[in-house]
Amino acid sequence: MNKERYKEITSKIVPKEDKVKNGIIAFLVGGLIGFLGEIIVVVLENNFNVEHKDATSIMIVILIFIASLCTALGFFDNLVVKAKAGLIVPITGFAHAMTSSMLDYKKEGFVTGIGANAFKLTGSVILYGVVAAYVFGTIRYLFFGG
Amino acid sequence: MTINFNNVYIKEVSTVACKDEKEGNFGKLYDKTYDDYYAGCKTFEQAEIKMINDAVDTVIKKAGTKLDNIDVIIGADLLNQITPSAYASAQLNRPFLGVYNACASMCEEIIVGASLLQNKSISNVLCNVSSHNMTAERQYRNPVEYGCPKPKRSTFTVTGSAANILTKEKTNIKVSSVSIGTTTDMGVTDIYDMGSVMAPSAARTIYEHLKETDTSVDDYDLILTGDLGVYGKEILSVYMGEAYDIDLKDKLEDSACIIYDRKKQPHVKAGGSGPACLPLVAYTDVINRMKKGELKKVLLVATGALMSPTMNNQKLSLPSISHAVCLEVVR
Repeated sequence: MNKERYKEITSKIVPKEDKVKNGIIAFLVGGLIGFLGEIIVVVLENNFNVEHKDATSIMIVILIFIASLCTALGFFDNLVVKAKAGLIVPITGFAHAMTSSMLDYKKEGFVTGIGANAFKLTGSVILYGVVAAYVFGTIRYLFFGG
Repeated sequence: MTINFNNVYIKEVSTVACKDEKEGNFGKLYDKTYDDYYAGCKTFEQAEIKMINDAVDTVIKKAGTKLDNIDVIIGADLLNQITPSAYASAQLNRPFLGVYNACASMCEEIIVGASLLQNKSISNVLCNVSSHNMTAERQYRNPVEYGCPKPKRSTFTVTGSAANILTKEKTNIKVSSVSIGTTTDMGVTDIYDMGSVMAPSAARTIYEHLKETDTSVDDYDLILTGDLGVYGKEILSVYMGEAYDIDLKDKLEDSACIIYDRKKQPHVKAGGSGPACLPLVAYTDVINRMKKGELKKVLLVATGALMSPTMNNQKLSLPSISHAVCLEVVR
């Protein structure tokens, strides 16, 4: 039997994922996280006399803290299984990926374990985030007058 | 490659498992179970070492013998450098061989052990095999707390360890023949779809075993594959018919499909996996039924995906291997 025929057999038997259902769940949960962020911003602006620009930064820090805490307490992974990309795509996913990597290696020492593996999953996000910032920053400076 | 044996018997077997297996279909049959993945140890890897030692202690006790009477210990697991087995062997303090064929290791050990027993100076060989869900996830996939959503086709690594003692003394269960499989690669690259990766190698090993021993599917009471999962099992039936014109009928069962109660434990998705998956079924339910006389001739086919995350990142497809061991009841 050749590989093409084998692929035909397996693709008939192996089930497809419910992409539409997963997409809807991710959309709703992701939207809910956005809504939560907006509430935090509004509360900070109205009740704590914080400027809008600072309020968004503080909101991000609060979401990162909540996500990391939930990861450390051991139940964020169960939520991810249910909510799927809805929790992974927002900033909560970034925090979760970093915290879970660190938790995974905590028994292997501060330097060789946590230090060396903290950015195991999120390293690419940081690297290409910085590269993209340089590229688009340069384009903006050269062609749109900074 | 099939080898026939006339003087190899299984003296005793033992199994230890964790909480998910305890809630599965054979939960009550395991010699010892643990309530969490740590099994009282500091790390998951150390827990796996403890499980191996517990399985070995249990099998020695059940067989009414001593570790000193074991001539060679053969160990296998999923981790790099066969770490848990190697570290467990340091505590067992007997001559040790570490082998690796991923989830096909259990049958590989019996093949190596049975061959060693042909030597006059060796009369007892102990084989142990283990896998741990958390250590495997850490090494092959993502950090354990990451909880990446799994597709329906994925399988759940079994946590537990199993041991057996092979001997030349006559017992009720004989290792009558073994088949060494050939590595097969059908171009599957999906690391979540182990059933599709392993089914062709299982089919090839079953076909070669039947051909070389001049037997047919009807001669066996049960053909038990290792960890194909529900979809892999279906693929094997279809592939076997199309490539080799053999109908496995209702003789085929897959350990991955029956080790867990898939209705009550939906998180296992397509079933179990790992080197301990097959022995946790074969050394409990199957051996019990053989002792009762319900099964007389059983073909165990351990299926292994020889997966490496490095090669997968380099876009190579996943090779797989399956070995077969035929067990017969003798009176």
